[in-house]
Amino acid sequence: MADSGSRTLRIREFPIEENPPKNYLNHERGLMSWLFTLDHKRIGLMYLASIVIAFFLGGMLAVGLRTELWTPAGTFIDADTYNHIFTLHGVIMVFLFIIPSIPAALGNIFLPIMLGAKDVAFPRLNLASFWVYSLGAVFALYSIAHGGVDTGWTFYTPYSTETGSAVISMTLGAFIMGFSSIMTGVNFIATIHKMRSPGMSWGRMPLFLWSLYATSIIQVLATPVLGITLLLLVMERALGIGIFDPALGGDPVLYQHFFWFYSHPAVYIMIVPAFGIISELITTFSRKVIFGYWAIALSSLAIAFIGFLVWGHHMFVSGQSELSSVVFSFLTFFVGIPTGIKVLNWVTTLYRGSISLKTPMLYAMIFLILFTIGGVTGIMLGALSVNVHLHDTYYVVAHFHYVMMGGTVFAFLGGLHYWWPKIFGKMYNEFWAKVSAVILFIAFNVTFLPQFVMGSQGMPRRYFNYIEEFQVMHQISTVGSWMLGVGFIIMAIYLVHSLYKGEKAPSNPWGGRTLEWMTASPPIHHNFEHTPVIIHGPYDHHKPIREFRLGIAGSDNGHGHHTNGDGAHTEEVESGDQTGSR
Amino acid sequence: MFERFAEFFLPPQRSTVAAEVDGLFHFIHISGFILFIGIVATIVYFAIKYRRKSEDEITPVISHNTRLEIAWSVIPTIMILIVFSWGFRGFLNVNTAPSDAFEINVTGVSWFWEFEYPDDGIMLTDELVVPVNQPIKLNMRSEDVIHSFFVPDFRIKKDVLPGRNTTTWFEATEVGESIMFCAEYCGTEHSAMDATIRVVSEEEYEEFLEEEAVDIEDMPLAELGELTFQQQGCQSCHSVDGTDMVGPSMQGLYQSERELDDGSTVTADEDYLRRSIVDPRAEVTAGYPNNMPTFYGDRLSDREIDALVTYIKELQ
Repeated sequence: MADSGSRTLRIREFPIEENPPKNYLNHERGLMSWLFTLDHKRIGLMYLASIVIAFFLGGMLAVGLRTELWTPAGTFIDADTYNHIFTLHGVIMVFLFIIPSIPAALGNIFLPIMLGAKDVAFPRLNLASFWVYSLGAVFALYSIAHGGVDTGWTFYTPYSTETGSAVISMTLGAFIMGFSSIMTGVNFIATIHKMRSPGMSWGRMPLFLWSLYATSIIQVLATPVLGITLLLLVMERALGIGIFDPALGGDPVLYQHFFWFYSHPAVYIMIVPAFGIISELITTFSRKVIFGYWAIALSSLAIAFIGFLVWGHHMFVSGQSELSSVVFSFLTFFVGIPTGIKVLNWVTTLYRGSISLKTPMLYAMIFLILFTIGGVTGIMLGALSVNVHLHDTYYVVAHFHYVMMGGTVFAFLGGLHYWWPKIFGKMYNEFWAKVSAVILFIAFNVTFLPQFVMGSQGMPRRYFNYIEEFQVMHQISTVGSWMLGVGFIIMAIYLVHSLYKGEKAPSNPWGGRTLEWMTASPPIHHNFEHTPVIIHGPYDHHKPIREFRLGIAGSDNGHGHHTNGDGAHTEEVESGDQTGSR
Repeated sequence: MFERFAEFFLPPQRSTVAAEVDGLFHFIHISGFILFIGIVATIVYFAIKYRRKSEDEITPVISHNTRLEIAWSVIPTIMILIVFSWGFRGFLNVNTAPSDAFEINVTGVSWFWEFEYPDDGIMLTDELVVPVNQPIKLNMRSEDVIHSFFVPDFRIKKDVLPGRNTTTWFEATEVGESIMFCAEYCGTEHSAMDATIRVVSEEEYEEFLEEEAVDIEDMPLAELGELTFQQQGCQSCHSVDGTDMVGPSMQGLYQSERELDDGSTVTADEDYLRRSIVDPRAEVTAGYPNNMPTFYGDRLSDREIDALVTYIKELQ
């Protein structure tokens, strides 16, 4: 916004019209108005519906796996079926659910609104990304129908070259979904650079947007490598070109390098947006300026950068050189530092706040607890000698579920409950929401804490059978998975109930200060009736709320974010990089 | 108290490297636990002390605190440097076999393990017998896909790859049996691809060598057949008692009518048995996967194939 410093704008406060009759959900009707919409909110909502379906499928498969593990030998399915199911659970949860979960669903809906923009920079690209995602999902479903895949979600060669299952269509599915991810990333980067409202300097951007910015950079830089890798795998299988299979003169460890060069940064595609949500929740529900705005914003970028240099920590026992392992271990620990700083910043933000334990805040606290466990066990796995013992055991399984589910999924649920009134204009039942959150928290720990113990004792992952010593731990874990199922069923009931019977939501039910709370619930088609003007930081709860509802006076089209055509001069808009919190 | 806790968490320490690995494991868990309790206690304390009492509360602006932030950047950095160096030292130990180590060749095949004692002409399947207090170096390769050699009691693990050799080593510190798992997913019977490591005393080991080093040239065919059947891992997929596994059982196979997956039938005579060993994917019994390894024709001598056929014929 280098040009805004020299510009003056006439601004005024725009009162919010509560529950307008026409909003983005009902201003057009019919299936076609959804399938071909260019509205970022509707596209985000379609993504939201898709990932909820994917999460349901992946979750059902997980409950199936855990139930099978009730006894040491076969319980109700055979080994091949089990191998197919854990592969599908991984593929669905990673590629169809968690990667698009926060950025493509919640990010799509809120990124433009939080910037004060009318839409993303490339609305058609946005719609295309959804359709490409759907096409990828069709490929995945095709693979399931035609024999399924039994390689694990990692598709390690040479097993994936040799097995008789539908590897080609499944990897093509992941390949196609990669393009959708790249499109979203490009779109978000362009939008954040070019579509910010007057006064929305980098230092006044909500931290959720900083996290989406960091995520988008990873999506754009890392996903092509996955695409190339999967394409090479398809070529090897279909055409017999030897790249990874030693029988054809290839190198299987090369595949692992390629795969993790994407898939490790992909871990940050999954968790960094969650950090963004937590920053929003902690500040709003403690009514407080965030502690260390720049530390949090820049640590997202630091994590994105270092995340590219640590892929080899998945391969300490793979036969890569010992020297590489040592270097990768060393770098891995330096991801821990910015991550730890974030956690401590969030905790410090609570100090002397005005803390309200509404459901979204409950999820934020659950996130802090579970993510800390995930982080500490990550340090454990980064330590070379201990990793040799723990690699490919249930300790790893527990660790990444604490980060991915305890971290990302619980942050996603927090975000979903936080923005639910905004998205649908309805309030859910607070009591049942809290009940469900507490059940999920307990159930999650019952499921995954025993897996740390099993893993330490030497229980390898991806095992259909196991020795009897592990049965008690497996059974506790299985009971936990059933409890998780109950928690999610309760959530589904009260959320669906709220859509039909819920109270109408006010525009700002939580007292937030970011721009999505300065428009109606649900928002109107073009997000704002005016071009918003920002003069404070995103978490300046000590400033009066009317100063967050400013817009360009006389601007009546809501289109021109950077125009100042009327040339009226009454009040100068501040600009520059101040956070508003100093 | 701590010892019982440690026993609950980790398998027994039965190799020379185990104690150091466990030391780091407990160090990270304990310091992590202290950090975790600190964070949770702070969150709970703040959530209670600063809970919202009225809707008009104004909160103070606290944007940063340089001293605090330097402290919580520098202290964790020191901690992770300790953890890194500690893990590095242990990693070197786990990866550097002493020069006087006794070498054993390991081959991973879907889904069994072969252990070959190069100097003694001994070949074992799914069982490794080693003397106590003697460093053992394993030269490992895979016949097909990637496997991983994992012995929890020894705290060692190393992937076993096709087309290249990897090594790991251990020195067992007490007599007893330890289980060894395949830790890299390798298909249907991945979770059944385990082996027993028997650590024995010096004397017992000598006895074992004498017992095993039998002259296979003089062995009767049927006996050699049984030995070959076990050493080549046939029993991973084929039972000899009628139990249905990945492949058909060998019991009652000889002279039975076999229905093939192309719909034709064939009598399982001597030549069919031979063909099914050297070219197993040509005539596949209906209802079973077409996935038997095709390398047996090259691996086995003619006498060994004859021995296998003789052995199978006797399984009525």
